[in-house]
Amino acid sequence: MIEKLSLYFQYPFVRYALIVGILIALCSSLLGVTLVLKRFSFIGDGLSHVAFGAMAIAAVFNLTNEMLIVLPITVISAILLLRTGQNTKIKGDSAIAMISVGSMALGYLIMNIFSTSSNLSGDVCSTLFGSTSILTLTEREVVLCAVLSALVVLIFILFYNKIFAVTFDEAFAKATGTPADRYNLLIAVITAVIIVLAMNLVGSLLISALVIFPALSAMRLFGSFKGVTICSAVISVICAALGIIISILAGTPVGSTIVAVDIVAFALCFIIGKVTGATKE
Amino acid sequence: MALLTIKNLSVGYDGQAVVSDLNFVVNAGDYLCIVGENGSGKTTLMKTLLGLREPLSGQIIPGDGLKRNEIGYLPQQTIVQRDFPASVREIVMSGFQGRTGLRPFYNREEKRLAEENMRRMGIEAHADQCYRELSGGQQQRVLLARALCATRKILLLDEPVSGLDPKVTNEMYSLIQSLNMDGITIIMISHDLTAAVRFASHILHIGQSIFFGTRDEYFYSDMGNKWMTSDSQPLTPNT
Repeated sequence: MIEKLSLYFQYPFVRYALIVGILIALCSSLLGVTLVLKRFSFIGDGLSHVAFGAMAIAAVFNLTNEMLIVLPITVISAILLLRTGQNTKIKGDSAIAMISVGSMALGYLIMNIFSTSSNLSGDVCSTLFGSTSILTLTEREVVLCAVLSALVVLIFILFYNKIFAVTFDEAFAKATGTPADRYNLLIAVITAVIIVLAMNLVGSLLISALVIFPALSAMRLFGSFKGVTICSAVISVICAALGIIISILAGTPVGSTIVAVDIVAFALCFIIGKVTGATKE
Repeated sequence: MALLTIKNLSVGYDGQAVVSDLNFVVNAGDYLCIVGENGSGKTTLMKTLLGLREPLSGQIIPGDGLKRNEIGYLPQQTIVQRDFPASVREIVMSGFQGRTGLRPFYNREEKRLAEENMRRMGIEAHADQCYRELSGGQQQRVLLARALCATRKILLLDEPVSGLDPKVTNEMYSLIQSLNMDGITIIMISHDLTAAVRFASHILHIGQSIFFGTRDEYFYSDMGNKWMTSDSQPLTPNT
């Protein structure tokens, strides 16, 4: 098994896959806690569908670098979704459902009508589930991914205390003079960036899993925000690395393997949390 | 000079006034209780005072050099907070957030003040404990300690004792009273009229008609009388 692995790691694309996978896992887990606690998880889900639609447009125009189109569209949608979702809960929910389902349908339609590809269902499937796309990354994509991930981590650390304040009690933060709306916007934009990044790894349908599972797992074990954040980053990185290695060895799709490992990690954390009573319900 | 001067203020939702034509003054050191039936607009008024809502008309004029980020607030608890993984210290520290501007981390002075405020509220032993494991009364103390990190001047409290048992309620009231004696101005929403009359220096009663005045004036007013006689416990002034 070790031999097989070392053989695979001689190929640069496998090494890229592992590096990018770990970076993406790290980023996606950081904001997971905030998104789960702010009841924003659905925004992540909606955005991933938007990203799918954007990807379809990029595919039609035959762009060499899809991110140039996918990233701005997703970021703009994130801002719009946050604006509509802020005050009126029900309206926001249905707005998200509309945008996500709509972009999904349009994306598939566009791909069908204009596609030049010979393997259409293969393209769609890999956009949705990320099947093999991570193994076909170019060096330039790896660099872009690394830069964006570093940026996300840096911003998260710099705004950590503000993100906490806004997540825990938005009314208090606003009342005492914190520009909470601005930070909500920041959270939405970072979420969009993470989703576009993570799309390469697990595909647009499985992104939410990458964001939510590590955070929920960590919340079983820790009682402080810092503890949960660090733990969820660690869990996410380990799961991604394991998932990628397993998928290489067993020849399974990368995205769903990582998510499967995340599910196992959640189950473990759940049991540990129950046994040790780390968190009282 | 008054800390807050409220002139012809109307508050409400979507252009619909819930309370209109409010006029009152809050001076430094006052203990103002806002009373009134459910739905009379107490919380809406407080949110407007805090700047969370735009007033429909009228003015809120801060005085004595009171700045926007020098107001402490004890909101009603939200459902999110009940299962939030955060330690007591993290929550108390977040009280400074309004003042840090773009500075990413808390400085030593802020850390020291946070410890001091936790001690003042008697929760220093729980500093590293998870917020959701605490009792209702302890959670309120944590939020009060956070509010103290945000202000030294004025504290707005929205139903600080709702959901607490009588013993803890009394502790909470004496804690708030001690803060008032230390010179912090208190504005508190309450539907506990007994407590309002017992602790407050001024009463603002909103509803069908509006009353603003000192506690004693309220006690002898028609409005106060009507309300208090319908209350189960008979009251005497200065208890």
